Amino acid sequence: MANQVLMPALSPTMTEGTLAKWLVSEGDAVQSGDVIAEIETDKATMELEAVDEGILGKIIVAEGSEGIAVNTPIAVIIEEGEDASAIEVSAPEPVAPATAVAEPAPAAAQPEAQIAAPISEEAYTGSTTSMTVREALRDAMAEEMRTDDTIFLMGEEVAEYQGAYKISQGLLEEFGEKRVIDTPITEHGFTGLSVGAAFGGLRPIVEFMTFNFAMQAMDQLINSAAKTLYMSGGQMGCPAVFRGANGAAAGVAAQHSQCYASWYAHVPGLKVISPYSGEDAKGLLKSAIRDPNPVIFLENEILYGQSFDVPDADDFTIPIGKSKIERSGTDVTLIAYSIMVGVALEAAETLASEGISAEVINLRTLRPLDIDTIVTSIKKTNRVVSVEEGWPVANIGSEIAAITMEHAFDYLDAPVSRVCGEDVPMPYARNLEAAALPNTEKVVTAAKAVCYR
Amino acid sequence: MAKESTKRKASKKTTSENPTASPEELLQHYNDMLLIRRFEEKAGQLYGMGLIAGFCHLYIGQEAVVVGMQAAAKEGDSVVTSYRDHGHMLATGMEAKGVMAELTGRRTGYSKGKGGSMHMFSREKNFFGGHGIVGAQVPIGTGLAFAHKYKEDGGVCMAYFGDGASNQGQVFESFNMAALWKLPVVYVIENNRYGMGTSVKRASSNEELFSRGGAFGIPGVSVDGMDVLAVKEAGAKALEHARSGKGPYILGMQTYRYRGHSMSDPAKYRSREEVSKVRSERDPVDRVRQYILDANAADEDALKKIDADVKAVVSEAAEYAQQSPEPDLSELYTDILVEA
Ligand SMILES: Cc1ncc(C[n+]2csc(CCOP(=O)(O)OP(=O)(O)O)c2C)c(N)n1
Ligand SMILES: [Mg+2]
Repeated sequence: MANQVLMPALSPTMTEGTLAKWLVSEGDAVQSGDVIAEIETDKATMELEAVDEGILGKIIVAEGSEGIAVNTPIAVIIEEGEDASAIEVSAPEPVAPATAVAEPAPAAAQPEAQIAAPISEEAYTGSTTSMTVREALRDAMAEEMRTDDTIFLMGEEVAEYQGAYKISQGLLEEFGEKRVIDTPITEHGFTGLSVGAAFGGLRPIVEFMTFNFAMQAMDQLINSAAKTLYMSGGQMGCPAVFRGANGAAAGVAAQHSQCYASWYAHVPGLKVISPYSGEDAKGLLKSAIRDPNPVIFLENEILYGQSFDVPDADDFTIPIGKSKIERSGTDVTLIAYSIMVGVALEAAETLASEGISAEVINLRTLRPLDIDTIVTSIKKTNRVVSVEEGWPVANIGSEIAAITMEHAFDYLDAPVSRVCGEDVPMPYARNLEAAALPNTEKVVTAAKAVCYR
Repeated sequence: MAKESTKRKASKKTTSENPTASPEELLQHYNDMLLIRRFEEKAGQLYGMGLIAGFCHLYIGQEAVVVGMQAAAKEGDSVVTSYRDHGHMLATGMEAKGVMAELTGRRTGYSKGKGGSMHMFSREKNFFGGHGIVGAQVPIGTGLAFAHKYKEDGGVCMAYFGDGASNQGQVFESFNMAALWKLPVVYVIENNRYGMGTSVKRASSNEELFSRGGAFGIPGVSVDGMDVLAVKEAGAKALEHARSGKGPYILGMQTYRYRGHSMSDPAKYRSREEVSKVRSERDPVDRVRQYILDANAADEDALKKIDADVKAVVSEAAEYAQQSPEPDLSELYTDILVEA
């Protein structure tokens, strides 16, 4: 019986790929497990193994073909004695791709930087390059490491493997194994070690594969990194950056999909940053590395592959503690951080088409919060909706609500509204996962509600 | 025979010299291991078709470990492991249909579609998960052993973890408590040579992971984890030790993972040759097949029949996993707290 070989999904976020190379030819015998082709995904080149045994009857998709959608038939494996010429190529079965995650906000929705709040990028008139958030983060580390040799990068798979999410691509090659260090899977241990190294005069960048695993290191982050400066009467600070993916990824369920923003934002002694765009990623990570305090840097896996225009200059940085007005408006203020900025921008687009002018604030830093920008905007629009992936209880939106009460109570025309993750551990099933997360529609509904529309 | 770690000699693989098993037992092992292999191949296929989301860690290559241990275990013993858990679930008798349906996120899955590949459980089969955080299952398994002892139910917990996990601090904290309180737990280290892309040599100062209980007085042996009979023999001894009140025991299973760490691993940290060498020289399924033929326990036709039966079970599971409906949206807010 003939078996079709389909273009496989080789990662949780892959929807198409390039068929780089066939390693077998028509007529070759294949065993299950044999590598038959090389496929390039957004992250890496992967080997495709045969799952059936037989003869490679026909190659349907030639090597070098790009943009082959997942599930497209690429070859047919037949049994010995079967006639290859009789093979009919049937259409692929329509199956939902694994990543039914809402297509993240297009970069195009990002307005021109000129609208931005008064921050240093305003003054930037130099050239920009379109690059992914992944590359922006790597460049930020590389540039800083070139200028200061006390900076080192430590974490699981950061060196030889080039990063589990390929953020540290090329760094081992450039900086060597003294400064780009693979650790055992011992988060509590290497976090404590990095705190010690920072006390000792170095500037560690610690990569958590994801922040879910930083929970193992929570004690060192809070009790050692955050509190020691205070306890030592200002003698001993901890100039370290703790960075990695935070928030929901796609289809990885409760233990790998959680937003920790409000946990860290609660802690005096830490600075907490959560970038959205490539420019945020680069400018803020550079500032974080230069900062003399422990900085928690919350990235987002789904954003890693998205491209944005990023300033080229080595000295381009974005100040910590300043938010950015991504889109100005007059009727309602949408306040978001990380991937939810994209959702808020989409919602603003929809609202605009219905006659509601929404201002979108990208918080960028969660501790200290940019109270000025938030309050000024609310005084203008008189309505506010916060948008985040975190759970509702004691989240960043709760803090925004409190700030609004304290600083702009008399300006409010409607109660503060919070759009956030549902109050449940992240479910695995695709439909439940989608229901558990905020989306454009939920933001639009909330914005209309506070506008009484 | 297995080497006691206290001697701290070379970590040579230990293989049972004269494997003894009845023809029925051999055929059962073959069936159980093949079921895992075919199930995992099918899961890989469904992942490729976009029907399974997120991470999916296949157990291909390691089948002899869990099958050998289960063959030595008794009714009432408990099992806990990491996210590389499909094989453990099948070996503890959980149904292929329910496991596959969880992988596709359907309401008929073992966790009603809410847990996925890494988080599945069966109280009925004493299978306590399926844990996504590296090392977390080790203290949990130690606690299951605490409960066995407390309840005096005669059970032993088998806590499985990887070579990478063996460096986690909580593993050593568990060792200490288990030894201190003589808890009935067998720590099964599935040393498949890599934690993601990091080889044991690059992560562990002492590569003889089975000897790490030495500081706590916990005996440990190295076992050929590609030989189901060697596993069964060592497992029986370890379980007997724990059951008889002597406390924990460590088994260092020398095994190998054929596939990438998860589905999106380009596996550049090892050579193709390294993988093919293990497959051709040490494959655990081929090995038990050979035992069967050598012992004349069955002929090729009988084995073909097993192959076909296993394939049918797996196809049926895949079919079921695709036909079952998604969970109802109302499930989003169920199972968060038990109603008091
Ligand atoms: C605390 C923690 N850190 C990191 C990870 C990411 N991670 C998942 S599996 C893995 C490798 C584990 O290797 P090993 O223990 O040898 O088990 P194997 O995958 O080989 O079965 C890593 C680093 C995690 N899940 N939990
Ligand atoms: Mg391993």
